Amino acid sequence: MTRIKRYVPPILLISPSLVLVGIFVYYLIFGSVQLSTTDTHSFPQFAGTVPHENVGIDNFVELLRSKDFQHSLKNLLLYTAIFITGTMFFGFLWAWLLDRRSRAEGVFRSLYLFPMAVSSVAAGVVWRWLLNANQGKDASGLNRLFQATGLGFLENGWTTSVSFGIAAIAMPAIWQMSGYVMALFLAGFRGIPGELREAARMDGAKEWQIYRHVLFPQLSPVALSALIILGHMSLKVFDLIVSVTDYRFYPTKAPAVDMANYMNTGDYANAAAVGVILLLVILVLIVPYLIHTAREDRK
Amino acid sequence: MTTTALTGHFDATKVPEAKKPNAGFDWGRLIRYGLLLLFLVIVLIPVYVLLVTSFKGVGDADPSRAWLPPQEWTLENWKVALLGSKSGEYGKIFPVLPALGRTLAMVVPAAIISSFLGSMNGFVLARWRFPYANVVFTLILFGMFIPYQAVMVPLYKIMIQMQSNWGLPSGIPTLALLHIIYGIPITTLIFRNYYQSVPQELMEASRVDGAGMIRTYVSVVLPISIPSFVVVLIWQFTSAWNDFLFASFFGGNAETQAPVTVTLNAIAHGSMMTNYGVSMAAALLASVPTLVVYIFLGKYFVGGLMSGSVKG
Repeated sequence: MTRIKRYVPPILLISPSLVLVGIFVYYLIFGSVQLSTTDTHSFPQFAGTVPHENVGIDNFVELLRSKDFQHSLKNLLLYTAIFITGTMFFGFLWAWLLDRRSRAEGVFRSLYLFPMAVSSVAAGVVWRWLLNANQGKDASGLNRLFQATGLGFLENGWTTSVSFGIAAIAMPAIWQMSGYVMALFLAGFRGIPGELREAARMDGAKEWQIYRHVLFPQLSPVALSALIILGHMSLKVFDLIVSVTDYRFYPTKAPAVDMANYMNTGDYANAAAVGVILLLVILVLIVPYLIHTAREDRK
Repeated sequence: MTTTALTGHFDATKVPEAKKPNAGFDWGRLIRYGLLLLFLVIVLIPVYVLLVTSFKGVGDADPSRAWLPPQEWTLENWKVALLGSKSGEYGKIFPVLPALGRTLAMVVPAAIISSFLGSMNGFVLARWRFPYANVVFTLILFGMFIPYQAVMVPLYKIMIQMQSNWGLPSGIPTLALLHIIYGIPITTLIFRNYYQSVPQELMEASRVDGAGMIRTYVSVVLPISIPSFVVVLIWQFTSAWNDFLFASFFGGNAETQAPVTVTLNAIAHGSMMTNYGVSMAAALLASVPTLVVYIFLGKYFVGGLMSGSVKG
């Protein structure tokens, strides 16, 4: 009896949050799944004044078959690949450069990291200018900078390319997130006991061998976390696309942008279907990782 | 638990100092600094562009002057961005100043309320436990990993219902509510991990004294929670301030109702040709609050983003 009495207050204290999460996360995911299996392609159906019918997985089949959505998925894949490669590369490089106690390390670290404090919308304003597609005499932005620095052969149409426009969107994303990966790796480097390096050095290991055999294995959990976090971020790319190009700019569209467009045009079933697809992709990515870390922790 | 990998291991705020290498002139070191400076310049290019363009007048419009400093420095872009323009030379431009005020009115209550919710949850889940507390924690935490796109459509529906049936005002109040609700998982996570690192005895002592849960929370737990509150408040402040996804669906009118990200996007994508001078001044204005927080409270900011970056 007293035991039960003891449990009542904490459960009461946490119950408002539980109810909110229950409704706004679980119930709404259920709602999305349900909506995505109906033919609610208009506002009156959404509002319930006109009936809708269940269509099973038809919306998903049609989405995945349409050239339009395939373009979005292809863009998402390309964006993710470039964004992750870029941020991991610069993040690791910066951490490695800063690792051996640099003067003014704090200044470098803060300045490399600051783009993360800026909203994607504000970043989009300046990157839109930098990625201006004009070339030759009319060029501004990066194209003009390339001309001025003798790199004129690099001039290109940036976001306007249907095949690779999305790669240009990855540039501001890399600019924003590399500092974050640097912070992760830097903390990882510093978490490795100095004695480990010393011992390897005493044994006559060369500097690159120390990295290869001592530091890299120690850093792999950091790298894995970074990959998961970046992948998770990348799949939801939306703000940057909208601010650098636009909602309705075909070359750079991605699933999250499609979802917004479906919603703004009253096609709620397809909007929900895109949301469910994104959720499934993220679950495939994150669940194995969570199970993996749970196992590691138990060891 | 599942989350230590996202929080425990990489606290960049407590980076121990590495040893200083000795030796005379060191070429490796020169190259290292050269590279660091080169990357610094690249990272700062957008800042240069933002600043320079925001002070340019009409005379600098030619593309050939794109990267040059203004011929004649002017504050006109800043004035127009801040106060807006109805028509004339600049066309219709929404004012940023009232948008900044609205965003502040959204972000401050949202950050404070979700911090307290997180603190209470974290306390209960870490130190005043009940059966299946771990299951409850995992269930709450899951809310952090979902993409918000997966709830957006039905969310839109119930928010419309709450607005029309319960009189919930659209725009800022709706968004503040959403930031509170979707902030619960991350704030709970940060506080729970923090309270778990606090010695159990501290709270046990109070419990043995016969103090109830609420009294223990208020007189023992809250006073030691300041560091976590700083991290969580900053995290919530920054992520709500920079949010565009929720704001674009629930912000309402970009001129009169919405937070600054929506207003800024509307300015930058105005009906006429983009006026980059005004847009960049507006972008800088919209970034001032988060940059101020970053400059003065940077190490707490890092602490938050180590744990919060998979959110929504």
